[in-house]
Amino acid sequence: MNKKNPASTYDIISINEDDERHTLSIIVDDEPGVLARVIGLFAARGFNIDSLTVSETESKQQLSRITLVTSGSPSVIEKIKVQVDRLVSVHRVADLTADYGQYGALERELALIKVKGTGNKRLEALRLAEAFDAQTVDASLDSFVFQITGRTREIDRFINLMASVGLTEVSRTGVAALKRGAGST
Amino acid sequence: MGKKITGAEMVIQTLHDQGVESVFGYPGGAVLPIYDAIFQQENVKHILVRHEQGASHAAEGYARSTGNVGVLIVTSGPGATNAVTGLTDALLDSIPIVCISGQVPTHLIGTDAFQEADTVGITRACTKHNWLVKDIKDLPRIMHEAFYIARSGRPGPVLVDIPKDIQFAEGEYENLSKTTHKTYTPPSTIDSKAVSAVVDLMQRAKRPIIYSGGGIINSGPKASKLLQKFVQKTNMPITSTLMGLGAYPGSGDNWLGMLGMHGTYEANMAMHDCDLMLCIGARFDDRITGKIDEFSPKSKKVHVDIDATSINKNVEVDLSIITDCGKFLNEALKIMESRNNKFQSFDSWWKQIDSWKKVNCLQYKANSDVIMPQYAIQRLYELTKNKDTYITTEVGQHQMWAAQFYKFDKPNRWLTSGGLGTMGYGFPAANGVQVAKPDALVIDIAGDASILMNIQELSTAVQYQLNTKIFILNNSYMGMVRQWQQLLHGNRISESYSDSLPDFVKLAEAYGATGIRAKKPAELDDAILEMIDTPGPVIFDCVVANLENCFPMIPSGKAHNDMLLGDNVSDEEVANAIDDDGKIMV
Repeated sequence: MNKKNPASTYDIISINEDDERHTLSIIVDDEPGVLARVIGLFAARGFNIDSLTVSETESKQQLSRITLVTSGSPSVIEKIKVQVDRLVSVHRVADLTADYGQYGALERELALIKVKGTGNKRLEALRLAEAFDAQTVDASLDSFVFQITGRTREIDRFINLMASVGLTEVSRTGVAALKRGAGST
Repeated sequence: MGKKITGAEMVIQTLHDQGVESVFGYPGGAVLPIYDAIFQQENVKHILVRHEQGASHAAEGYARSTGNVGVLIVTSGPGATNAVTGLTDALLDSIPIVCISGQVPTHLIGTDAFQEADTVGITRACTKHNWLVKDIKDLPRIMHEAFYIARSGRPGPVLVDIPKDIQFAEGEYENLSKTTHKTYTPPSTIDSKAVSAVVDLMQRAKRPIIYSGGGIINSGPKASKLLQKFVQKTNMPITSTLMGLGAYPGSGDNWLGMLGMHGTYEANMAMHDCDLMLCIGARFDDRITGKIDEFSPKSKKVHVDIDATSINKNVEVDLSIITDCGKFLNEALKIMESRNNKFQSFDSWWKQIDSWKKVNCLQYKANSDVIMPQYAIQRLYELTKNKDTYITTEVGQHQMWAAQFYKFDKPNRWLTSGGLGTMGYGFPAANGVQVAKPDALVIDIAGDASILMNIQELSTAVQYQLNTKIFILNNSYMGMVRQWQQLLHGNRISESYSDSLPDFVKLAEAYGATGIRAKKPAELDDAILEMIDTPGPVIFDCVVANLENCFPMIPSGKAHNDMLLGDNVSDEEVANAIDDDGKIMV
């Protein structure tokens, strides 16, 4: 074959659009299987999920908020939004990144980070944690568990630094996001 | 406070309140309470199928021919999984059906109980929406929501999974048939400005074309009327997808025939060379577009669809309107009337189209010894066109020949599995039509391979004395598979010969139906008339030329203006029609 691994069997020319990272706020009915509907759609249509956070947020109205970070070209992001919006259980989809700019939305993530080590490494880990405003939530003679809250990139940076001072395990919550100001999504 | 009734009774009451006259189904352990309720009433007629796939396609046939929601009832486990093909078929072709499935009692869910399957999990991907009912209080609301969602917006299949204990439980029922849904709100308005912009484009266009689809049929018979008026007023040429046949009359003046892989030369050439493409209720499927980067390169494209996800999915368009097709046509006609300005006559465009028509792309080599499959369809058309006829098909060569040679002048008369391409669809679908339209002439145009996929439904047809006719173009091959093997795989006919076919006449007789066979062109007309006049189900075994192929054809990976025509194609051209890039495509 002339072309190696064509992206599509129908040779849809991919206009070289750069991938963008978008944070979507999806308000859904809090009913069994609703998360499966949303992530099943992403799997079935080959969309990316970079991060996913879901919890009931308005218990009186039985609504949940799914905060989902995805990446793709602008046309793919558009397809994702209309596809998700079409699901019967979805009330609305807000694209926080597109609607409010890259810094218009408040985005926070929490991570627990376990480092193991003794001596200088242990001291260095503690110093770095202090510099990043990470809290020490557990300690033993040869380990720490730090808790850090912040934007995804900040947490990435902290985790990268921890790699050289004995990082063993990480658990992250995924992104929670809201728009700034009085208006709601 | 209403009287308390059981969940099973609520199911039947909902069907009645929703105006459902007939349902298709098959009993089993987990739906016994519903069958007990069916036994004790006379409002809703139950048609016993012989396989749940048959029930799903029969419900599709019922829905497509009437415009109402079709209903099937299946038991848990295998009952539900057997219905999956029909649900998927209805999803791809936007057919409104409600599947009611039994489930093991709630306390057994998740225990791998007998005939337990995760039905809502399995059908999540092949329904528009589905529900597992866990509380009798929710049942009336969910049942009515199911009908609302199935028929609203872009129609589609839904499933309600009801555990057996919920069917036995008692609760209060309320007729909620007028209610909508709290989150699902299909587009109900129309952007007049955008429609004005479309009319502007139409007035500037020199080579416009209407590319219509199943959305017009789904919009209802009124939309088809509006489409005809629209075409008449503008004198634009019109082509349609497989699913849209009948919305504009096949005998109409502006009709170019179907477009796409086995569409006509004139339709595909006009799509390629047009300067304005008006897509109404179609979705730029790969069978339509061919090679996508060479698809209609010179045109402005307008897309009217009720489903936002169809817009810019495969082809980027210049202008989109998300609304019901009938609403769009109505609005466009209103605007055209108020402006009262004339359209161009498109004379040179029509001249060009007429020159393409002269290619006579559907011609085939006539034969006086063997029946050519195209000839069989032509005769069937001529002998049935003045009757109240409904045509269904299976999938393959016979389906394409039916689409090419049978002319549909009315909507809802043509039922075929377009998106999913389900062999075995046509016969149960025809039974579904016949149940809804007892006096109509319903014919399933079938192939010798496809018909065997749901032949058991003949027993259903005999039981209810349905007059369904099966017209088999019997060439002893899975013809379309063989055609692709000739095109793509060096004529290695791998497993596509229909070996050990049954004697279809005897098969019909074994079921208690009538069998008729025709082998010579000279006996065809009389045999078709005999089929029409014979009451009850008939299998017509039409023995046709074995090796005929379906042309014209856009070979996969090629553009609209790169068609293979049938009359002059050599074996070598067939063997080389598809290049390496095209071979990977389906």
